[in-house]
Amino acid sequence: MRKVAVVGTGHTEFGSDLPKTEIEMFCEAATEAMAECDLGPQQVEALFCGNVFGDFAEGQGMIQSFIANELGFHNVPATRFEGACASATVAIRDAFMWVASGCYDIVVVGGTEKATAMGTPLATRTFAMGAEAKYEFAPGLTFPGFFALLAHLYASTYNVSLEKLREQMSLISVQSHYYGTKNPHAQFRHKEITPEQVSGGFMVASPLRLLDCCPFSDGAAVLVLASEEAAKKLTDKPVYITGLGQASSPRLSAQAPYLPRIRARELSAMQAYKMAGVTPQDIDICELHDCFSIASIIAAENLGFAQAGEGGRLWENGDTKIDGKIPINISGGLKAKGHPIGATGASQACEIVRQLRGDLADSGRQVAGAKTGLVDTLGGDGIIANLVLQAGW
Amino acid sequence: MEYKLPFRQYHKALMKNQLLGLKCGNCGAITCPPQMSCRSCSSYDLEVTQLSGNGKITTYTTIFVAPEGRETEAPYIIVMVELDEGPWIMGNLYDMAPERAGMDLIGRPVTLGSRIFPGDRYSDGPMARPAFLFADKA
Repeated sequence: MRKVAVVGTGHTEFGSDLPKTEIEMFCEAATEAMAECDLGPQQVEALFCGNVFGDFAEGQGMIQSFIANELGFHNVPATRFEGACASATVAIRDAFMWVASGCYDIVVVGGTEKATAMGTPLATRTFAMGAEAKYEFAPGLTFPGFFALLAHLYASTYNVSLEKLREQMSLISVQSHYYGTKNPHAQFRHKEITPEQVSGGFMVASPLRLLDCCPFSDGAAVLVLASEEAAKKLTDKPVYITGLGQASSPRLSAQAPYLPRIRARELSAMQAYKMAGVTPQDIDICELHDCFSIASIIAAENLGFAQAGEGGRLWENGDTKIDGKIPINISGGLKAKGHPIGATGASQACEIVRQLRGDLADSGRQVAGAKTGLVDTLGGDGIIANLVLQAGW
Repeated sequence: MEYKLPFRQYHKALMKNQLLGLKCGNCGAITCPPQMSCRSCSSYDLEVTQLSGNGKITTYTTIFVAPEGRETEAPYIIVMVELDEGPWIMGNLYDMAPERAGMDLIGRPVTLGSRIFPGDRYSDGPMARPAFLFADKA
């Protein structure tokens, strides 16, 4: 396989009720990414696009070919990836394979979503479509409900009191909002919060309260990928995708008795680490899938940053801060940056690439000297994808 | 290969408070709700079997924000139950006030009841769901 680099990144503002369409947002992020490496539309050989709910949000299916043609990538193959919240990371993994295989030299990959156009009730319904329709939606499972079940199971499995878990979960949301204020693209770029606001918020699915949950969001993020040879002509700072992982899970109840550990994530992360020849200790910065505060704790453990049952201590000890042992979600994460689900994986990868290139000093969220980063994305019950990204200069 | 226990058959039995599962001819494990392969060894050699419907609660949540069309159901309790025969299944618990659900639920023995979710505009018809009852109530 050939080496594959990220040579361009684009990221729109994330927010609620944004005025642009999903296609327009993708095009803006794509042209930003192409401008970074001075790439013209004639050089793009294929398009890979994460998009989950365009059908419900805008009545727009099959968005990928419209995007390709709007961008002037006339007649190139364009493919949509639907893997719930992991869609864009799965798209990046596939885009990588097509370049690594030698089929294409330069491709564009990203995601776009306009979840807030659905409104909260329909969005809650469509997000629940990432659970199993017959056996999980029938009892009324929602996505907060999925992680709420895991939160109580976590407390009981590891003998952590709900009060202690409450404190740890609150710290996670507070940290994400703090760093979110340093990210000009973040949905909550103006909103710092306190632990009391988290623990006093209204209950969504016990024990998860409003500020334990990421928001519904609109936005897009896009990368340009290139073979090593092509990358050398396009950028002085290629960031190589050196490890990839992807694994599937069954319905939540069938993941027992392994729960609250998520076996698919442990396997996916292991694939990515092994391919890159790194260990969790080598990761300088991580963007992980914090759709809910408890999800961050479980993810940090699954990814090998803490022992099972001890993930919350990372936030208590400040290990996850910008100068900590393993800086996590310095973008603000899904919680504060926002979670336009089809775009999230590309947004996470975009953030890591910019961190590795040292682009973020002016924003006050640059992790000093970061050379190796990890992306972690979870979709629905059943999809985990991971990327290891490394500075290549 | 024929699907051994299709959703519709499982659903019809559950409406009569009977819980059907699949017993593996290869490893003996029980799979419930049904699927094509044994959840333990992936064998397709499965036979339909009736389960006791008894088990204990392993985790719970009270849903306060419901999906579109189900707002009047909230708040409601979702539980995961480890059946005596091994598998975990998801269902509801209507045997107590949802606001009072707490950690003492975990480990409580329950027995099977059922209710129907009539379905919504995105569903392919009605769906029975386990609605558990406390088995240790005086």
